[in-house]
Amino acid sequence: MTKITIVAFDGTRFDIEAENGSTVMENAIRNSVPGIEAECGGACACATCHVYVDPAWAEKVGAPEAMEEDMLDFAFDVRPTSRLSCQIRVRDEFDGLVVQVPERQA
Amino acid sequence: MTNPIETDVVIVGAGPVGLFAVFELGLYDLKCHLIDILDRPGGQCAELYPEKPIYDIPAWPEITGQALVDRLMEQIAPFKPEFHFNRMVAGFRRLDDGRFEVTTDEGELLVAKAVVIAAGGGSFQAKRPPVPGIENYEGQSVFYSVRRMEEFRDQDLLIVGGGDSALDWTLNLRSVAKSVTLVHRRPDFRAAPDSVNKMFALNETGDIRFQVGQVTGLSGADGQLTAATIKSPDGEIEIPCTRMLPFFGLTMKLGPIADWGLELNENLIKVDTEKFETNIPGVFAIGDINWYPGKLKLILSGFHEAALMTQAVKRLVSPGEKVVFQYTTSSTSLQKKLGVS
Ligand SMILES: Cc1cc2nc3c(=O)[nH]c(=O)nc-3n(C[C@H](O)[C@H](O)[C@H](O)COP(=O)(O)OP(=O)(O)OC[C@H]3O[C@@H](n4cnc5c(N)ncnc54)[C@H](O)[C@@H]3O)c2cc1C
Repeated sequence: MTKITIVAFDGTRFDIEAENGSTVMENAIRNSVPGIEAECGGACACATCHVYVDPAWAEKVGAPEAMEEDMLDFAFDVRPTSRLSCQIRVRDEFDGLVVQVPERQA
Repeated sequence: MTNPIETDVVIVGAGPVGLFAVFELGLYDLKCHLIDILDRPGGQCAELYPEKPIYDIPAWPEITGQALVDRLMEQIAPFKPEFHFNRMVAGFRRLDDGRFEVTTDEGELLVAKAVVIAAGGGSFQAKRPPVPGIENYEGQSVFYSVRRMEEFRDQDLLIVGGGDSALDWTLNLRSVAKSVTLVHRRPDFRAAPDSVNKMFALNETGDIRFQVGQVTGLSGADGQLTAATIKSPDGEIEIPCTRMLPFFGLTMKLGPIADWGLELNENLIKVDTEKFETNIPGVFAIGDINWYPGKLKLILSGFHEAALMTQAVKRLVSPGEKVVFQYTTSSTSLQKKLGVS
């Protein structure tokens, strides 16, 4: 189990015990974090699980791969640390990870 | 209005399930016409994930979305289905003789003995980009497709997006528009490299302008656009424009089917699990569009539903005739229809 925090757009913090190997998106859905829609169910085929990775974590989490970068074209207000949360898999090193939900999804 | 096209079955939607329905209905000599808003068959498989492998199609340990569609097209070819692409199914009514009349947004008229709705997640429609207030300009200054190039003559045109549509229209509308500016959030594109190179060359010579950034706001009045606000790497900028073409991919909407009087459960059409018939007798719903207790939105479930629906449609179309169940492996009559014996 790894502790991650998802911050909703209104500032509400969701501190979650996430299973290693699960995606940040799955944890958001399981905990009913508002603003994560995940229309395509985690196939990297939509852009409705968009999050901003906390700048302190950006390097560790890494940059999106080409397919994810393409999907991010459809997201709203994309920023340098934008990721699709279905493509971030939780692992030990992410203990303490913080991501933020944007104002809206595409 | 054109003369009506008469057929046995009209299938709304040419996704994998609509396509397989052609096969099952074809085995029982039922002729099908399919209507789809897309310009090609395959529904979600072709539009959303053509290159992704699917792992749960029986007997196909791995097959991509597009390959599945290609195989289905091959499988149903003997039944000569007729496709009406780039058409939205609009109107629907029951005629006095019990048949159904289905109309498209282009005014075609189809008359069928049964209607099979295989509309999946709904019809694919252009996605509205999340720019506040954009709806106030739609239809007047903001368009999601190009029906006539003349509409853009002498306009200051802003094209937004990084795929083939955005690039193609940037190159094509340059000759009629007063100016063309392409806005995309990064200098990498999802479009054909050839178009991208052409676009960059035109940007060099000043024939068009390419701006990295994201549209955050629009200004204008009474539906008439005058400028767009762009968040660019160098800060916020304003780009004067009178027309905008955003290309933000496609989303699925139930559309006009919602007004047909069908019983719905959260935008899905309620059916029984024997015939997959809706509350309107003679109208069936299969695949992702239907709902019944235990429903799973899987391609294989849609295939099963197509087989059972066919039995009911055959009984409806040929009342009194005995519906004989046969295997394709052993029935010479089925093999004749398939063109293999
Ligand atoms: C990323 C992703 C991965 C998936 N992976 C799998 C998987 O591994 N296994 C699996 O079994 N399933 C998978 N699915 C689900 C699968 O794609 C669907 O179950 C399947 O496409 C449903 O087929 P369908 O024919 O019912 O509908 P669709 O494929 O949605 O096709 C419906 C068609 O109807 C058209 N249409 C609708 N309304 C109208 C109208 N009014 N006028 C004209 N045309 C209309 C639409 O344009 C569309 O082309 C996946 C889906 C996605 C998005």
